[in-house]
This record gives sequence, structure tokens and C-alpha cells, in this order.
Amino acid sequence: MAKELKLMKGNEAIAEAAIRSGCDGYFGYPITPQSEVMEHLMAEMPWEKTGMVVLQAESEVASINMVYGGAATGKKVMTSSSSPGMSLMQEGVTYLAGAELPCLLVNVMRGGPGLGTIQPSQADYFQTVKGGGHGDYQLYTLAPASVQEMYDFVFKAWDIAFKYRNPVMILSDGAIGQVMEKVYVGDYVPRWTDEEIAKNAPWAAFGKPAHRDHNIVTSLELDSSKQEKHNHRFQAKYREMEKNDTLYEEIMCEDADYVFVAYGSCARIAHKAVQLARDKGIKVGLLRPITLFPFPTQPIKALAQRVKGILTVEMSAGQMVYDVKLASEFKCPVEYFGRYGGIIPTPQEVVEALENKLIKG
Amino acid sequence: MAIKGAIVIDVERCKGCGVCVSVCPKQVIALSKNVNVKGYNYAEMVNEDCIGCASCGMVCPDGVITVYKAKL
Amino acid sequence: MFNEEIVKPENLVYKKTDVLTDVVMHYCPGCPHGTIHRIIAEVIDEMGIQDKAIGIAPVGCSVLAYNYFNVDFVEAAHGRAPALASAIQRLHPNHHTFTYQGDGDLAAIGTAETIHACNRGENIIIFFVNNAIYGMTGGQMAPTTLVGMPSATTPYGRRVDLNGWPLQITELVAQLPGTYYVTRQSASTAADVRKAKAAVRKAFENQAAKKGTQFIEFVSTCNSGWKMTPVQANEWMRQNMFPKYVLGDIKLEGEIVRPYNPEDSKVIRDLVSVK
Repeated sequence: MAKELKLMKGNEAIAEAAIRSGCDGYFGYPITPQSEVMEHLMAEMPWEKTGMVVLQAESEVASINMVYGGAATGKKVMTSSSSPGMSLMQEGVTYLAGAELPCLLVNVMRGGPGLGTIQPSQADYFQTVKGGGHGDYQLYTLAPASVQEMYDFVFKAWDIAFKYRNPVMILSDGAIGQVMEKVYVGDYVPRWTDEEIAKNAPWAAFGKPAHRDHNIVTSLELDSSKQEKHNHRFQAKYREMEKNDTLYEEIMCEDADYVFVAYGSCARIAHKAVQLARDKGIKVGLLRPITLFPFPTQPIKALAQRVKGILTVEMSAGQMVYDVKLASEFKCPVEYFGRYGGIIPTPQEVVEALENKLIKG
Repeated sequence: MAIKGAIVIDVERCKGCGVCVSVCPKQVIALSKNVNVKGYNYAEMVNEDCIGCASCGMVCPDGVITVYKAKL
Repeated sequence: MFNEEIVKPENLVYKKTDVLTDVVMHYCPGCPHGTIHRIIAEVIDEMGIQDKAIGIAPVGCSVLAYNYFNVDFVEAAHGRAPALASAIQRLHPNHHTFTYQGDGDLAAIGTAETIHACNRGENIIIFFVNNAIYGMTGGQMAPTTLVGMPSATTPYGRRVDLNGWPLQITELVAQLPGTYYVTRQSASTAADVRKAKAAVRKAFENQAAKKGTQFIEFVSTCNSGWKMTPVQANEWMRQNMFPKYVLGDIKLEGEIVRPYNPEDSKVIRDLVSVK
């Protein structure tokens, strides 16, 4: 595939990848710090290039329900927002999960709670991987740490979403959304034809041909015995994701005495902190979860059995640390360090936290 | 030559609401003293004055009335 | 009782369309939802657009409408049907996307989606069933409940000081430039059913010609919620609902044909007679 090098913001990379990955529709509402997604789409006018629909909705509530409608007909549709907007969307998110609809959601996180701040944050980890909306469901969640990954994960998202008939979340933050980096972009992937949709999404409500029964897309099942069967099927699907599609990256963990666990922007900061610590003679590695659900439980468990301690680095008051503690099965001490309210931690702070919480402690 | 109509009511699906009775211009329909399997007093033809106008079929919420018309 | 010579296939004048399934509807005896479903299904059948029709079910009594229409259907969250329909019709511009919503769904929780879909002129059909009550949850007050009309949450009748005025949302959406055809119909008599069916046909034809938003209100009853027999409820609707929710076309071919005047707003403030 021909590769072209561009300089883009993370948000623009999401939009560019949408157009180039054969996305059929984007529905969104402006919110800082992710507004460049829709701005880039509108400027590119993809309806003339690929036939992709772009619509600025009246609210996040409408946006997510437009995604629900489009996804119900087998189209590749998406939305993006930032934390307060994503809270508004949670009703639609649980309906999407309950009706088993493939789609792409992007949350470029900012600090909360409430209106909070427009600066970067990772405080929506719980909302994303522990529910958000009501009912037992999971979103397949990708955490990009670079503008290139913002681009690449859009393509990955469609594969996973249709493989499992499940919504996929790209959980990013204001730093990755706003930073400009070089990105290799590929050729345009054509949107699916009606025939391809009928083949790839035979369950979808795209108009009943004479040869099949009418398709119904719903999350409602009044018969509890049937609803429990649905729930069993959902859980089996989530276990399959854990088995087959958990993604993570280990950096300098082979000889490590201590390990940082960090995702997204914080993984980049922790990577620098690894180098600073090693300059001081402390053998530190980094485990970067690339998927937050499914979570890399097994590799963290394996590390916990041989290292002296694990420090999570998060732009939250400590959310992922709970999953790391569970994964460690308490074979080694697990501590948390983070800044929040829109503050990004420095690598120096991370090394100090390692020394204070795990080495001296 | 006279125009004669007839209706066929799917009595097991009839809920006995009586809307058809109220719109019939010839008072052809009444609710039966008997009940269907669900316990509804279903609608039935009570005379042969039907003209096949289909008013009953058009207002039946459950679509249980089929209407026929012939010149005899 | 009937003459067997008449009941022959060649003499058939009326039967349930195949665009409705054979599933027994869960609606109460005499509920107009069944009649309105059938009117819409008959038009889809007669126009031969079953393979192009995509329906959106609401939350409310017609939440299970997808079991009865033999067309592809999507069940929406409460009030959000116009948002789903907007996206679906834009993604499938040659299809026939329609919503089927009640008064609580369309005129309370989904007001924003309704107004904005109509204002964008989405090429969709909105079927709005107004029975002035929340049927599914047990007869609570709706935005369209009349002043003085009792409900489970206004047992003494709707009081303006507590609950405000009934919302004439159909007149409201007619003011928006995106709506092309706005009409108010009913389905309690054969004559009304014929008129309503012609209106539904017009809406689908306008949609095929990509004219913008088609909005059809059905003034309706809820005999269970109103605590009347089906026949009494129809009579009460004619006596009390029709003067306030006046039947007929409000907007034709993008032009308002029945302007909203101060008399209308006076009438909606009148107390209904409650037995």
C-alpha cells in the first residue's frame, strides 16, 4: 500500500483515517478538545470523495443515536466527543452494546468531574471499561499513544467491531488529540457496497428483501430467560476478546526490577521516566496496555511474579491501578502515581514517585 | 341483481373491542355471547344484510376481518 | 350466517396486508395502534416499497411495533427515533425511513430530536400517535394531556398551575422550514381511515420525491388509560380531543394552509368536560 507522510493533529488523524478506512458516516457535536475531528471532516468534504455522510447534530444525545441508527443498517459509522459529551452519550452506548452494533466511538478525554477543564485527562477510564451506561456490557477499548496510532486504530476498530458485533472505543486524551506529529497515511479503502453489507452484516435492518424474514435490531427482551441467554452470549463474546485480541507493549521489561504500567499520553511520559531511572541505575521497564478492555491481565500477572514493584502512571486519581492490583494477584506491591485536573505529570515526578513509594517505602 | 357482502372473522384473534359493531351501517355485527380461547366475546355476523362496504375491516385494530362482496 | 357463495377468493374486497405479520398484537382491545399500523402497512404494500422501508420503533406502547410490521425495524431509545431516522435516511437516501412515536416519546423526552430533524428537513416520515396519555407505564400525564383531563399523575385533572398547557407540537413543527407536509388525522371511523390512508400515501410519495420532512399526527384514544370502553373512548375523543387537536392538513407542499391563530391557543386552554 502506498504510504504518504503528513503532519497532523491527533484529532485530524482520526478524521483522515475515517475517510480513508471506508467509514460511511460521522455524527458529532462540537466539544473541546476534539472539535478538529468534525472540522477536518467538513473541510475535506468526504461526501464528494467517498460518499461518506458527515452531520453536525443538535447534541451528543442525538449524535450517538444517529450512530445507533446508522449502525443498525450495517454501515460503518462513528462519533467522537470529549468527557462531558461522552457522559451524555452513555445511554446510546449501552443501547449499542445491547443491540450488538458495530461502531466506532472516540473519547478525547479532558479533566472532570462536571465541566471540569479542557486540558488532558485520563479520568474516564472507569466510565469506559467499567460500564458508563447501565447493564453488563463491555466496549473493546483502544488507547493510542501517538498520532500514528490515532490513525491506525480507526482501521483496527472496524475489523474488531464487525468481528464481534460490538462497539469499539478509542480512548484518547487532549494531549494526543492536540499534538501534531508525522503520520503515514495509506490508500483509500472503498466503502462497502450494498452487497458487501448484506454479506458482512446479514442481521442489519437495511430493507427486507423478499427472500428473508424482516430483520429487527433491538436491545429489548421482555422474556427474562431469553435476556439471560443474551447476557451469556455477550459475556462469551467478551471472553473471546480477552483470549484473542488483548494488545499491549513491553519496553525494557526483560531485566527490570520495577515496572511502570501506563497507557496513552502517560505511557510516553513513563517511557522517558524509564530512561531517567536507568540513568540513575534503577532497572525499570514499562508495560503499556494498548487495549484497556480486554486488559493485559496475564502479562501483568507474570511481571508481578518477578519484579519488586509496579507503579501505575495515570492522569486520574487512580483508576487503572485497581485492574493492575487485581492482575498482580498481590505478588508484588502495586502503587499509583498521577496528576489530574488537566495537569500532565513530568518524567521526573514519575521517577520520584517510584523512589518514594516503592524503593524507599 | 343485488350486491351482497359477507365477512369472515378470525374469532381467535378477535379481542371483542366492538369498534366494528359501532361503525357497521347495517348492524350486521354483534359481540357473541360465546367467548374465544382468550375469553373475549368475539364479533360475529348476526344477519345477512352485509353490503361488503369493508368499514368494519378498516377500523378493526387487529386486522381480523376479511370482507367479500359479490353481485348475486 | 354468511352466504358461502360470496366467500370466494374472486369476491375478496378487504383483508389484512402481508406487510403486517401474523403475530397477535399486544395492544389492548380497541387500541388504535393496530389500525394505524395497518394503514401504514397497506400503503407500503400498495406502493411496493417493502424492501426499501426501514421503521423506527419508539419507547411506549408501540415499543414492540417491530414484531407486527413485516419490514426491517430498529428499536430506538426513548425519544430518539428522529435522530436514528435522520442518519438512516442520509445513509440510504433511496429508502423509506419512518418513525412511529407516541406523545411522550415525541413531544416530551424527544422534543429536541423532533424539532431538529424537522428543521433540518430530513427526508423522513414521522408518524405521531397522540392519545394524550402515557399508555405503557399506566396512564400518566403526557405533554398533550388536555386541561382538566384526569391521568394517573393528575388524578384531579391536568392543572395548568402545576403542569402547564398541552403542547400542540404539530402546529409547532409546521412553522419550521424543513417540514413539507404536516397533517392531523384520526382512525376511528371508516371515513377517517380512508382519509388517513390517503395522507400516509402522500407522505411516502413526497419522501420518494425527496421533499423533506413528512409529519402525520394521529389523534388517538387510550381506552385503558382513559378508563372507558373502546367505543366510549372514540366518542370522547371526538367530543374533547378534536376541538383542540383539529383534524386536517396544516401544511401542504411546504406552504402552511391552516395558519395558527390566537383562537387555537384559546381553545387549547379550555377545560375539558369530564364525566
